[in-house]
Amino acid sequence: MTITEPVSPLQRVPGEQLLTGWGRTCPSLARVVRPSSVDEIRNLVAHAGSRGVLARGLGRSYGDAAQDSGGVVLDMTSMADITLDPTAGTVTCGAGASIDQLLRTLVPAGYFVPVTPGTRMITVGGAIAADVHGKNHHVDGSFGAHVQNMDVVNGAGKVVTVSPKKKPDQFWATVGGMGLTGVVTQATFDLIPITSSMIAVDTDRLPDLDAVMASMVEHDAKYRYSVAWIDSVSSSGRGIITRGDHAPAALLTDAGDPLAYDPKIVATAPAFIPSGLLNKLTVRAFNEAWFRKAPKHRVGELQPIGEFFHPLDGVQEWNRVYGPGGFVQYQFVVPDAAGYLIAYALRRLREVGAPSFLTVLKRFGAANPAPLSFPQPGWTLAADVPARIDGLGAVLDELDELVAGAGGRLYFAKDSRQSSAMVLRTYPQLDQWRSVRQSMDPRAVFTSDLARRLGL
Amino acid sequence: MMDAMGAPQSVLVLGGSSEIAVATVNALPHSRLRRVLLAGRPSSARHHAVETLVAAGVAGVNSVDFDATDTQTHQQVIDAVFDEGDIDLVILAFGMLGDQAAAEADPSLAVQVATTNYTGAVSVGLHVARRLRLQGHGTLVVISSVAGDRVRRANFVYGSTKAGLDAFAQGLGDALHGSGASVMVVRPGFVRTRMTAGMPEAPMTVDATDVATAIVSGLRKGKHTVYAPGPLRFVMAAMKTLPRPVFRKVAERQG
Repeated sequence: MTITEPVSPLQRVPGEQLLTGWGRTCPSLARVVRPSSVDEIRNLVAHAGSRGVLARGLGRSYGDAAQDSGGVVLDMTSMADITLDPTAGTVTCGAGASIDQLLRTLVPAGYFVPVTPGTRMITVGGAIAADVHGKNHHVDGSFGAHVQNMDVVNGAGKVVTVSPKKKPDQFWATVGGMGLTGVVTQATFDLIPITSSMIAVDTDRLPDLDAVMASMVEHDAKYRYSVAWIDSVSSSGRGIITRGDHAPAALLTDAGDPLAYDPKIVATAPAFIPSGLLNKLTVRAFNEAWFRKAPKHRVGELQPIGEFFHPLDGVQEWNRVYGPGGFVQYQFVVPDAAGYLIAYALRRLREVGAPSFLTVLKRFGAANPAPLSFPQPGWTLAADVPARIDGLGAVLDELDELVAGAGGRLYFAKDSRQSSAMVLRTYPQLDQWRSVRQSMDPRAVFTSDLARRLGL
Repeated sequence: MMDAMGAPQSVLVLGGSSEIAVATVNALPHSRLRRVLLAGRPSSARHHAVETLVAAGVAGVNSVDFDATDTQTHQQVIDAVFDEGDIDLVILAFGMLGDQAAAEADPSLAVQVATTNYTGAVSVGLHVARRLRLQGHGTLVVISSVAGDRVRRANFVYGSTKAGLDAFAQGLGDALHGSGASVMVVRPGFVRTRMTAGMPEAPMTVDATDVATAIVSGLRKGKHTVYAPGPLRFVMAAMKTLPRPVFRKVAERQG
């Protein structure tokens, strides 16, 4: 006779992990599995339970995009093989390869990734799923535009290879599709040839928002990379524009290897930071110092890749500075005609008392055919805001309304609070995307907390 | 899903005619609500609660038959609700005050209060916890009372059920810690509702809408314990330290 101990349904099961996005809001529990082969992924998809399966990279989406509460989350970081094809100028890598890993391989070989966001701690799978953009969007478009082909495990557990020519509807539904059409296992994409690991940077410190925006309209086209940091605390909207391009090796004066690449982690944020440390005073002091530090006008300064593209990666786990309450990053795009909304949004965020030291303004170029891709021509503003500020929800809802009215929209990779009505209104190709998704995943295996929240 | 501003999309109210619960649903951002279920015995009060929320513009409001004292049915009721879709927020709001003097004279009346406020809550609370745990997210709000913080002679039957409920909710919250699901204990003071109509008001009396505001703010901030009004936290902390003879005198003066 065997005696079976009663098992509490409240008890934790091995493998379960509480997951959040980078903003550390809305934790949810999932069983996290780390597959190391395509067959393992196919098997997990084929045996998916009622709460589905979702691929997760390095968890840099700010909200709930890489969470699947009660389901199975695939930690893709073991799928990270990297193969450079120097004759074609392309790379083929596992979806779990990070831009950090890629740059360590590619830069010494004389190549750069086609698009990098403000952090290199993202995976290629994530870059495709969110169709990420970088400082070169006005010239080069977003990440998806550079993908030549990719392998996707669909809802039936089958591997399909898709490209802009082969099954283009499935390709573009997966670009920007937030992981909801399948699991990308591998991708091949173009690279930018470089002769040095330095960026030649021009810096302009401008006294108000109008001057920043005018300068960007006038001069951005001359540069491959451009972004403006805005002092969100100052009512003037003063800012610093940094623009540049890869420096030719001939510009480097010191004798070392022009393609040397070795980004450093300079600090790690402490594990516990009390809420309220980041307040209007500390942010004001930071912003003042940051603004003063920049030269009024400087041309041709050589900056390493890490310093130019990924300054925040120097501080590990910087997302902790917002304290246990977490934060949201509000990022929207509006057409040029609604550029006045940038100033209005900054004012409303200031009025609600949302201190932000990371407020970034950028101009987007042309959109791509992906139905759920975020970028479209115009202005995009991104501002970090502590989540627990009183009245923040209402102010962001008010801004949503204006953004939607102006023909703009919000970025799924940053979102943790927009309404499903907002999505319906601002992503007019949603139904088209849904029908492709339905064909790729008729059993609706792939889902996420974001998909549940927004009814995607 | 609950969003980063603490706004849920689906709400289950256990004790669907509770004025505090209805006020809480009404205080949540309506734009995010899609499914609101008011569970309780069929009654004109439940019907009125549904109508109040519909009139306020809340989407997807429906009633569900639920009897807190009929614990045999709890599993079926809760599973049916969760099988239809995730519930982001459960508000356990049922409870009865009872008549203290009558209960002292007829202990079966005290048993009714205990069965509703404590036994029923333990039963349905565990079923809810099991489903929140399975879905990997969600918050259970338990409406306790300061009457359970330090039990007074004047209403110790009711107070003791709330003391038990409060302790149960805290333990359940600890059991769910790290599971994505959480429990928030709400301890209102004297609230002007049908339940307290005609009773002399205590100091720091609030309305149901004040409790609702405190609950919504607590959800947004991820609190484990909420007092309404907030300063009652300090009053009750002081009350709990009083020696019995002193507390007896203080409580007597309050009636």
